[in-house]
Amino acid sequence: MSRRAAAAGLGAGLVSIALMPLRARAGDAETTAAIRELFGDAKPTTGRVSLTLPPLAESGNSVPLTVSIDSPLTEADHVRRVCIFANRNPRPLIATLQFGPKAGKAQFSTNMRLSGTQDVIVMAEMSDGTLWREQARVMVTVGACDSLQMRY
Amino acid sequence: MPNTRIRVPDSAAPGEIIEIRAMIMHPMENGFRVDTQGTTIPVHIIAEFVCTYDGVEAFRVTLEPGLSANPYFSFFIKATRSGSVDFLWRDQDGTSTRASAPLVVT
Repeated sequence: MSRRAAAAGLGAGLVSIALMPLRARAGDAETTAAIRELFGDAKPTTGRVSLTLPPLAESGNSVPLTVSIDSPLTEADHVRRVCIFANRNPRPLIATLQFGPKAGKAQFSTNMRLSGTQDVIVMAEMSDGTLWREQARVMVTVGACDSLQMRY
Repeated sequence: MPNTRIRVPDSAAPGEIIEIRAMIMHPMENGFRVDTQGTTIPVHIIAEFVCTYDGVEAFRVTLEPGLSANPYFSFFIKATRSGSVDFLWRDQDGTSTRASAPLVVT
């Protein structure tokens, strides 16, 4: 093998290593598909949704999450539905939530399972049809799926 | 019938926004676990949670296996008049678990 061929091979290797993180995130396509299934091709905007998550979670079995949406919750302007997604979970959709006429403010907390370090995406659809999105990254030490396999 | 824990304040002022907490004891089997024989444990989850106040819906969730075991929700209602706060959890097999607490608005 000539020196030039070796250098070219090394270059190609480096390129494939650089591309690897993109291919490893196969869950993104599923998440995009899940979002499209629920919301169609509507373009989301950032803002109005705020998401509180721990930056580091020791166990993926129960990760606390608080979502707050800037909405007066009146008949004319309310939140139609809120969906939570985790882009690397085997099933990206985590829950769909709706506020009724008696809701006091557009805020809730719950606990979710995360399979590993990933982005949590919250999509909120308002009564006027606009779509709002927020995402946050969580580092997960032991994912929900990993720990279960270790235990059994 | 699974055990539930709910927290509703005893009393509230009219127009006050109060926090409600609700939890149900449930394994929320996600369908990825295997038992000691190596067979997959099927999905067994609470499919839906609804909270109504004074007969009107306040909060509704469609749950997926991505939620933790013993699913917990904290949310807010606006106190308008005295009435009961009712909680309903519907299992995927169709059984329902109900809980209720009175709220006095003075």
